[in-house]
Amino acid sequence: MSLTAESPQAASRPPGDALVVLDHVDKWFGDLHVLQDINLSIRRGEVVVVIGPSGSGKSTLCRTVNRLETIDSGTISLDGRPLPAEGKELARLRAEVGMVFQSFNLFAHKSILENVTLGPVKVRGVPKAEAEEKARRLLDRVGVGAQASKYPAQLSGGQQQRVAIARALAMEPKVMLFDEPTSALDPEMIKEVLDVMVDLARGGMTMVVVTHEMGFARTAANRVVFMSDGQIVEENEPETFFTDPRSDRAKDFLGKILKH
Amino acid sequence: MDWLADGYGLVLRAFLLTIELGVVAGVFSMLLGVLLAAARVGPVAVLAKAAATYVLVFRNTPLLMVFVFVFVALPKVDIPQLSFFAKGVLALTLYTSAFVCEAVRSGVNSVPLGQAEAARAVGLTFGQTMQEVVLPQAMRAALPPLASVLIALMKNTSVAAAFGLIEATARMRFFTNDNADVRTVIFLVFAIGYVVIVELMSAGAFTLERRWRVAR
Repeated sequence: MSLTAESPQAASRPPGDALVVLDHVDKWFGDLHVLQDINLSIRRGEVVVVIGPSGSGKSTLCRTVNRLETIDSGTISLDGRPLPAEGKELARLRAEVGMVFQSFNLFAHKSILENVTLGPVKVRGVPKAEAEEKARRLLDRVGVGAQASKYPAQLSGGQQQRVAIARALAMEPKVMLFDEPTSALDPEMIKEVLDVMVDLARGGMTMVVVTHEMGFARTAANRVVFMSDGQIVEENEPETFFTDPRSDRAKDFLGKILKH
Repeated sequence: MDWLADGYGLVLRAFLLTIELGVVAGVFSMLLGVLLAAARVGPVAVLAKAAATYVLVFRNTPLLMVFVFVFVALPKVDIPQLSFFAKGVLALTLYTSAFVCEAVRSGVNSVPLGQAEAARAVGLTFGQTMQEVVLPQAMRAALPPLASVLIALMKNTSVAAAFGLIEATARMRFFTNDNADVRTVIFLVFAIGYVVIVELMSAGAFTLERRWRVAR
């Protein structure tokens, strides 16, 4: 079962070239230097997990990729094109970048089905019937097809997050950003969301995942990026990173979270 | 009650004009007010500043002054002559839209930021984000203050009585002039008329409020 089989972009280019490139990116929140000279290149089809202590800048990094956060210097490019400034161009770019939020952010006044069809209908001009058919397929695939006519508040957190993934997938994005997608979930619902994400990763989707789920990183990630104090301190493939971290800060962080 | 038996047609016509003024000015105020609110929360600094200035001017000016401005100052400007009715609507709209703007803005502020972020992340433009996601939710939250603003508008139409529009308040004055012995009764009849109109508006707002209730 692949969630990305219908994405034409995924097949049209050879795998492995750089899709998202952050080059010398800096960002300040007032006096706080939240992103410090970030250089990161994410290849097509790659799954990158970003971990680090809270306040390390990992969510901010994730949000700069579709320009929900602006940057102060450096460049970010998607598929060879630099991120455009605010306006129609930027909206077009965002349509190609799927985003899943910690707090789901489903449109509260729209049904589950409408949540998934809004983007394709309004942004891509897909006819409503066609968008609904596709939305139902996506909802079935993430296991919430039966909830299509309900409203977000009637669903559990795990169900809402899976709808949010379907909503992002409906735009056939080139890359999916996950900003702590399981952090707001009750423990028993984390797995159902991670299962969908693992499935997505196996289907070849390019993913940037900010998470504390080490199990997911080990199962699905090609690379772990460890951030601390606004810097990328260490990058490695998951097994090596978790068993043999090089930097003291990573050792310290892993020591704190893995001891229990 | 001879005055009412003989003049009930005049009373009805006067209240009809009150309602017409209120409804027409209400529609224009809503349109202008929502646009102003969108400008105030939007990313274009010049528009935000302009909308804020508009609110500053018209929310802080007595309605009577706005009427005087439209009826006395505007004719000096060489624009196509407006009817008394259109001038009344214009004055009421200029004034009321500032309040609509602030009510809608309070509604917009009540919509969690994540809703707009999710809409932008899907690729909606600022306009689409406002139209499809933020404003529908904002209007629900803004309904109680908006109802108050529109009710105030309906009663504010009485200011037009001083500017040649024979709406309910002007008609009441004519009746009390001619029938001074029963002026308390006349006053009560007209007051009840206003109360009925406003109660209908309140009931309508309450119904909408219940139907639109969104759980979060």
